[in-house]
Amino acid sequence: MTIVDPAKTGEVADPNAVNITINGKPTVARKGELIIAAADRTDDFIPRFCYHPRMPSVGMCRQCLVEVETPRGPMMVVSCMTPVAEGQVVRTATDAVKKAQEGVLELLLANHPLDCPVCDKGGECPLQDQAFSHGPGESRFVEEKRHYEKPIAISDIVYLDRERCILCDRCTRFADEVAGDALISFTSRGNDTQVMTFPDEPFSSYFSGNTVQICPVGALTAKPYRFKARPWDLDQTESTCTSCSVGCRTVVQSSRDELVRYQGVDVDPVNWGWLCDRGRYNFESVNSPDRLTNPLVKTDAGLEATSWAVALESAARMIRLALAKGQRSVAILGGARGTNEDAFAWAMLADKLGIDQRDAQLGDGLNPEVFNLNQATIDEACSASTIILLAPDLKEELPVLYLRLRDAAQKRRSKIIEFSAHDSGLTPYAWRTFDYEPGNQARVVRDALSTDEVRQQLSRGQVAVVLGRANLAESEMFTLQAAAAVFEAVPNAKVLPVLRRGNVRGAVVAGLTPQNDAGDAIDILNAAAAGKIDCLVLLGADPMSDVADAGVVLRALAQVKNLISIDTMLTGSNRNADVVLPAAAYGEKSGTTTNLEGRISNLSQKITPRGTSRPDWMIATELGIALGVDIGVSSLEQLNQKLVATVAAFSASKDPRSTRGDGVLMTRETPVSISSSSVKAPERNSYDFRLVVSRTMYDKAQSTLASPSLVGIVNDAAIHVHPSELARIGVADGTNVRVGSEGTSIVAPIKANSRVHRGVAWLPFNHTGVEINPLLNIKGEVTDVRIEPIK
Amino acid sequence: MSRLNEANTKLAREIISRYPRPKSALIPLLHISQEQNGYITREAMQHLGELVGVTSAEVYGTATFYEMFKFEPVGKYLINICGTMSCALLGAHELMHHAEKKLGVKAGGTTRDGMFTLAHAECQAACTEAPTLQVNYRYRLRVTPADFDKLVDDLRDGKLGDEIPQHGVLAKVRQVIAPERAVGAMAPEDVNDAPAWLDGKAAL
Ligand code: SF4
Ligand code: SF4
Ligand code: FES
Ligand code: FES
Repeated sequence: MTIVDPAKTGEVADPNAVNITINGKPTVARKGELIIAAADRTDDFIPRFCYHPRMPSVGMCRQCLVEVETPRGPMMVVSCMTPVAEGQVVRTATDAVKKAQEGVLELLLANHPLDCPVCDKGGECPLQDQAFSHGPGESRFVEEKRHYEKPIAISDIVYLDRERCILCDRCTRFADEVAGDALISFTSRGNDTQVMTFPDEPFSSYFSGNTVQICPVGALTAKPYRFKARPWDLDQTESTCTSCSVGCRTVVQSSRDELVRYQGVDVDPVNWGWLCDRGRYNFESVNSPDRLTNPLVKTDAGLEATSWAVALESAARMIRLALAKGQRSVAILGGARGTNEDAFAWAMLADKLGIDQRDAQLGDGLNPEVFNLNQATIDEACSASTIILLAPDLKEELPVLYLRLRDAAQKRRSKIIEFSAHDSGLTPYAWRTFDYEPGNQARVVRDALSTDEVRQQLSRGQVAVVLGRANLAESEMFTLQAAAAVFEAVPNAKVLPVLRRGNVRGAVVAGLTPQNDAGDAIDILNAAAAGKIDCLVLLGADPMSDVADAGVVLRALAQVKNLISIDTMLTGSNRNADVVLPAAAYGEKSGTTTNLEGRISNLSQKITPRGTSRPDWMIATELGIALGVDIGVSSLEQLNQKLVATVAAFSASKDPRSTRGDGVLMTRETPVSISSSSVKAPERNSYDFRLVVSRTMYDKAQSTLASPSLVGIVNDAAIHVHPSELARIGVADGTNVRVGSEGTSIVAPIKANSRVHRGVAWLPFNHTGVEINPLLNIKGEVTDVRIEPIK
Repeated sequence: MSRLNEANTKLAREIISRYPRPKSALIPLLHISQEQNGYITREAMQHLGELVGVTSAEVYGTATFYEMFKFEPVGKYLINICGTMSCALLGAHELMHHAEKKLGVKAGGTTRDGMFTLAHAECQAACTEAPTLQVNYRYRLRVTPADFDKLVDDLRDGKLGDEIPQHGVLAKVRQVIAPERAVGAMAPEDVNDAPAWLDGKAAL
């Protein structure tokens, strides 16, 4: 909204404009705006602890007292609870205000331990800073302070020091109002008020790190950063998280050339300052001692370190040999982990070599044409009247998008209509949830959208479809059919594609997607398994843990003559590679990235790449030179200019704003309509369960396994069914059962889970413990499993 | 089993239906659970959370505000001796010492047989009758050491069974609210009109 100052323009006054005076300066505020927020815009800083611009005010700490002129003289008001009013006169720094603020600070410090020298917050602590700027300088308290046991772990990650807590209610409000995980609360209110969890129920929220970030004192600290650095030693740069495709804005902080912390940055269109814990803490994997520092080549004695020259030469030879057999003898899998520039360099190299088998999606995404449907941004989706969810559990896979959609539903801007086979994190906030069984979603969508109640809701305004792959054990076609069914009912619905992998959208648009009539990742793996591919390049891809069907991956990796891997670490997939080229990791390289809505924002290098590792784009360039095909770039800037000039969608990033926090949206193409085949799911035998396989936040992803603070949170695999199904199977909760499908079977513990609908069995993907992959056949339509007791 | 039993669960559901927002029913439900078990168990808090749709941490946060909810087992009879000014001036400390000797426990403790818990209390608002105590929140006024001994003996002998029910029991008379008076679940911001059963009469 633009604020019009009528005095300047002489135009009709904006009905939302409110004229106030702050410290003698006339200013125009917005209707409903709080005094503290208006004062922030005029640079009249008012001290505060509990106020947070992204959460409703509670007036807990009373630090923000200011004077407002009233007919009876100046009155002290709490500026975070008082909205502006026409003609209001505010003073933020009179003697009376100073005295009041000093008084509040003295009280806040009465019980504060003042252990700043050993407190992680010291140096960036609002309490310390404001005690200095707005405090009395001394205390009259001589009494003994309150004492509590020094920090207690309230979760695997977060520690709470109750002595330092000033009871501002930020963490508890965040947990309840923003994350929806009210696992901490004020307890023993009164003299002993303290933040606490329920006894023995930890604060295991996926968003717990945000409470650590917004705690205005050192009461909440997180294991990965405790005692790692002092704020004044930190060096930092703004960047974008690429752990998933939400693309949250972050500040990457390092000390002594090692990553030590990420903090969320508030950008309006994306993350509002929040991060999820996986994105926030998996920086530890960048520091992992397991990082590759040198290129490796296979010798009789296994993988051995060598020089780049040798490694590049042998990789080039392998590619050359394979190409001599035909272009379809080489394939490139991956690329979603890197930057747009990385992907583009590899796409250029592939173009030059005529390699058209390339895919940044690993069989768990959707046809890339979803990027060309009528697109919605995150903001547009969150302000639509109706949001239709045809997506995986966003709380698990795209956590901060879950926060945004939850907010939209909670603030009653939007009504969520969810289609799912098991309850998701958003189910409690959905207006209607419709159950489907994998395979019949299109029919369920059609029926649901034709009821009067839903039709009426759809006619209320814009409809947005959040479209992603909810189940790895079914054909992607069912999702596309369901989307087509939505468009039948609501032709102008907008689509927010939610493909989860970091920069998958950028990589696909930059060209790492099958060209001509080449097959996708699964076709490539099948061709490899059939011995048709001589040289397979894994560009930061770990198909053993990324691709649902491990069987085909095993066969493919065994069959290919030469395997080249570009990665940061050894993984299940590249342990037997012929050449492994060490890649620079997140935080070690610059460039741009694209989030799920097509927003291009920058990524900044903070630390030196480990060992001799280098960014993917550089590897592409050098490999090209070794192959005799120069892709013609020698710097990142040059590469970026070339990308912007060559790929139309990226032309938007000519805009200088693209390097600022908000980034810029990709240039959109004229929307196309969706195509889906008419595959049909077979009827389910009523003894069987239809399988749903999907991810949870913490799984065996390399970045989680290599992060010491996260690895302990990964759960063991289990098969989840509705509690009422246990009797039918004849087993008790937690016992081992045999789960069989088409001749193969696994043994896994069974878990009663009321969030799983009847007739469906849910297997979380890529968990520790039992290997579930043998069950999956992702080119099949659906997967039915039989669950039997073990005799 | 310290979740609510079947009868109490049914009662809990009925109470919940009286409020537009289920969690508003938390305090009465906590009373029911304390009545059932003598104190508030963890399982009961988890159960209440499920019933009203909040987390156990929120139930815990709410419950722990109230001094009268106990989170550890207490004796069948909870004896609170007032120690505030008027009572203190009229012998409360001596009374407490006497009580400690008589029961063989320190203030805050529970007798081995689980019959009595002795506790300090702040002003019980009967200062003119100091020193005072409450047994399961039933008053005893101008209490002398001899009165105290008799009280304890009578309670042990079950002579006051009618007058003083065991800890947690609030009242023998239950309030009956007709089902049509229940507001039922709805968003509180949607509750704009006086309830229909008020029949146009002024709000209470
Ligand atoms: S722990 Fe921190 S954020 Fe939470 S109430 Fe205390 S001071 Fe506020
Ligand atoms: S939601 Fe995704 S982009 Fe945001 S912090 Fe988490 S992993 Fe990173
Ligand atoms: S900031 Fe206003 S009361 Fe805390
Ligand atoms: S001082 Fe004991 S009742 Fe008031």
